[in-house]
Amino acid sequence: MDTPQAATPLLQVRSCSQSYRADTAGELLVLDQVNLAIEAGEIVGLLGRSGSGKSTLLRVVAGLLAPTRGEVRWRGTRLAGPADGIAMVFQSFALFPWLTVRENVELGLEAQGLPAEERDSRAEAAIDLIGLGGYDSAYPKELSGGMRQRVGLARALVVHPDLLLMDEPFSALDVLTAETLRTDLIDLWSERRLPVKSMLMVTHNIEEAVLMCDRILVFSANPGRIASELKVPFAHPRNRLDVAFRQMVDDIYALMTRRPPPTSRPYAAPAPAFGTALHPVSTNLLAGLMETLAQPPYDGRADLPALAAALQLEADELLPLGEALALLRFAEVEEGDIRLTDAGRRFAAADTDTRKAMFAAALKAHVPLAATIRQVLEERWNHRASAERFRDELEDHMSPEYVHETLHTVISWGRYAELYSYDEEADQFSLEEPD
Amino acid sequence: MSSSAYTAMAARRRLPNAWDFVAAACVLGALMAIVPAVRGTFAPIAAAGVTSIHLKPALLPYYAVRTTLRMFAALAAAILFTFTYGTLAAKSRRAEMILVPLLDILQSVPILGFLSITVVFFVDLFPGRVLGLELAAIFAIFTSQAWNMTFSFYQSLTTVPADLDEAARSFRLSAWQRFWRLEVPFAMPGLVWNTMLSMSGAWFFVVASESITLGSHTWTLPGIGSFVALALTERNLRAIGWAIATMLVVILLYDQILFRPLVAWATKFRVETTAGAPVPEPWVLALLRRTRLLRLASRAVGVLLDAIGGLRLAPRRMPPPRPSTSSQFGDTIWLVAVALAVAGALWRIVVFVSAGLTFAAFGTALIDGCCSLLRVLAAVLISILIWLPIGVWMGLRPRLARIAQPVAQFLAAFPANLLFPLVVIVIVQYGLNPNIWLTPLMIIGTQWYVLFNVIAGAAAFPGDLREVAANLQVRGLLWWRRVILPGILPYLVTGAITAMGNAWNTTIVAEVASWGHTTLVARGLGAYIAEATNQGNTAHIVLGIAVMSGFVVILNRLFWRPLYDFARRRAT
Repeated sequence: MDTPQAATPLLQVRSCSQSYRADTAGELLVLDQVNLAIEAGEIVGLLGRSGSGKSTLLRVVAGLLAPTRGEVRWRGTRLAGPADGIAMVFQSFALFPWLTVRENVELGLEAQGLPAEERDSRAEAAIDLIGLGGYDSAYPKELSGGMRQRVGLARALVVHPDLLLMDEPFSALDVLTAETLRTDLIDLWSERRLPVKSMLMVTHNIEEAVLMCDRILVFSANPGRIASELKVPFAHPRNRLDVAFRQMVDDIYALMTRRPPPTSRPYAAPAPAFGTALHPVSTNLLAGLMETLAQPPYDGRADLPALAAALQLEADELLPLGEALALLRFAEVEEGDIRLTDAGRRFAAADTDTRKAMFAAALKAHVPLAATIRQVLEERWNHRASAERFRDELEDHMSPEYVHETLHTVISWGRYAELYSYDEEADQFSLEEPD
Repeated sequence: MSSSAYTAMAARRRLPNAWDFVAAACVLGALMAIVPAVRGTFAPIAAAGVTSIHLKPALLPYYAVRTTLRMFAALAAAILFTFTYGTLAAKSRRAEMILVPLLDILQSVPILGFLSITVVFFVDLFPGRVLGLELAAIFAIFTSQAWNMTFSFYQSLTTVPADLDEAARSFRLSAWQRFWRLEVPFAMPGLVWNTMLSMSGAWFFVVASESITLGSHTWTLPGIGSFVALALTERNLRAIGWAIATMLVVILLYDQILFRPLVAWATKFRVETTAGAPVPEPWVLALLRRTRLLRLASRAVGVLLDAIGGLRLAPRRMPPPRPSTSSQFGDTIWLVAVALAVAGALWRIVVFVSAGLTFAAFGTALIDGCCSLLRVLAAVLISILIWLPIGVWMGLRPRLARIAQPVAQFLAAFPANLLFPLVVIVIVQYGLNPNIWLTPLMIIGTQWYVLFNVIAGAAAFPGDLREVAANLQVRGLLWWRRVILPGILPYLVTGAITAMGNAWNTTIVAEVASWGHTTLVARGLGAYIAEATNQGNTAHIVLGIAVMSGFVVILNRLFWRPLYDFARRRAT
């Protein structure tokens, strides 16, 4: 929408930072100095990998989280807590299962203390607008995922928010349902029938961002920053098969896989540190991807968007795979392309035992955490070590969730490589007894 | 059937129908029964016939209503307590530090031991009035109901799903609205289930608390418990039979009228993504939903509650939680205050103990505790040995399980103390050793908890796993060891914990049993407390209770909780 813009932006995020454990010395940044302004009449997309802090930013804007530093200004005044005129749609729908569709929709109005008649008429209007007519008295569990998210939308729209926040609103839906809902929403927006001025949506789906948004902010992770900003020049309705549309999707892929300056993206740094966060990626998937890449038509090299489409994976699912392969030096990822290294080709051709040996060697060489665990076990007289000590050390470098994920990953990779074994009951690493 | 189908069906009927008359009769009957009973409560003691219980069967309905009213008065108090205590514990970090462990201890204190002390307190509060006695009985029942309800509520409050919490906050519900729209509904399934368990347990205490002897004084309240107590001293077997029959009817009624509908209704508050298997609709709920008059009445109540819940009683502007605003200073002050209070309490205990107790008494209590422990363990073990195979057998047959499950729950609600005389007669008749043969008394009440939990576990056992076991021809002992036992272990442990708690309480009434002038005593902590109560020896009562609580807490911490955690980890 290219409407003329008001003098002051609707919303301003001014150098907001968000961190865990702000009180202690080892501060962990989730958001780093983010600046953002939203004008009336635009749809802005926050695009990034999971864990890049985009959902955190959305919650800061919603007033659900107070930023550690910086401030959010809403209609020119400082935001302190959830405010009038901002409503949110959740990834998980967040419907109250004990309230009917209508009661769910009326919840926000009830909180505002509106009289029953007004609540009724506004809820009626929102329910009809979003295509839920006839479902008033149904409970959420009777509805399909798509209908549930419509309830989520109606519940947010009924309070007539100036700014509608959406947190990956279509990612819990199947492909067809998500597409219908996106189109419906964009149609209503184009016809100016939505009672909102602007929308801010979080997504990890590149095509979705290009399809819906007027402006896309691409996030980089660790810590979360806005890496680049893109204007989407196409008018609604947009055609996914349009050459310019495809080109833009490709460009964003390239942008998101571009090798970053060594400080901010540790995974590709020359020597990964002990405290590098690992994404839980299964070794089966890694092996499968290497096999696929080694075979025709790819023959060792593939364009990521095309590969994602062929494998029916979303960017958010494919990129961690590529990164894991890059970390282990089985592949290189750059400018939207993935290329198998010699090691990767040999891995794809090898039998199970050779693969395990190669994987073990790669872990020792390129994953300091795995190498450290192995080394500690070798040094101990009983070849045992509590996982707790590694957990403690990791917590100096990352948030508890990341510690959990990283440890989980390093356990599963180490098990596959038979580098060490792990006893969940005792929470203990040990060396495999040779028997 | 969906709820919209109900509305459509009900809308077609405008005129009162046969169901309306049935319902009207029920409501009127209930009203008539309650009014005279309430009048009796506020009468002076002499007029209420405190000591004049008559063994006439015709009086039993009146006694039954009195007993039931006490139950519900206590329940109301327990719910109020749950909402306040649970909320405070969940909302305030500092209160949580104290309240949760306190609750844990309260949960393991044998309520019956306290009875004598609270009676004196309440009777002094309202001298010469029945009200004091009533309150004492109600308080005893309350203490048997409140703790697990509160725990359940507290746990629900601390596990409210993050997305619902964010939705409530982003739409700026006030604290009051949030409580009624989010927190109470979310806690409802657990709360209803625990209320049901509480009520089942409480029948036992209501019967025990109506006739209280402390030293030379005996206080009696009109009710089924007093009726049975009198029948016992008069050796009137027929009267006991009538009382048992009345109790069966009362429990059946409350089960059918209150809890079946309540449990079915509570399923709508379950947070689940898919529509579950349809639950058969209890007849009372059908009556409420299908009958025009009752539906209007219940809707009026619903609208009223809705309006109360929707009130914006608290300020809506809630600041977002600042990460790590824990003020070290405030914590220190708080901890110092708590430490001072604890020190004061300890001092009181030392003074109290040194005045009335010796080391020898402590030793006796400990040894008695070990005797009771053996008895309790035996009771639980025997219950498991008998009911585990039967429960598994029934649970794996869905149709049988559907019938057996509510029956077992019903039997668990039946106050086992009403059946004690029958066992006592047998022991007296055959001159059996009470140290051993009073143990079955504890099994009578505890076995059902094992049974219905095992049935539930076996019924929930995944069908595909059973098929795999059959396919691999896993049979006999191997099947028990590798397939079904690990599969139902969490349920079995839950059942055993509940049974054990129940058994400890039972010791106080089961280790001393009388029939006319014959009194049978088994050595144990329960008998110790009962004897101290008879002598009015407060110091010994407190010692007995403290030792018993200690046993329960230690067993729970060192044995049951680790076992339960283990079972949960393995089975999920």
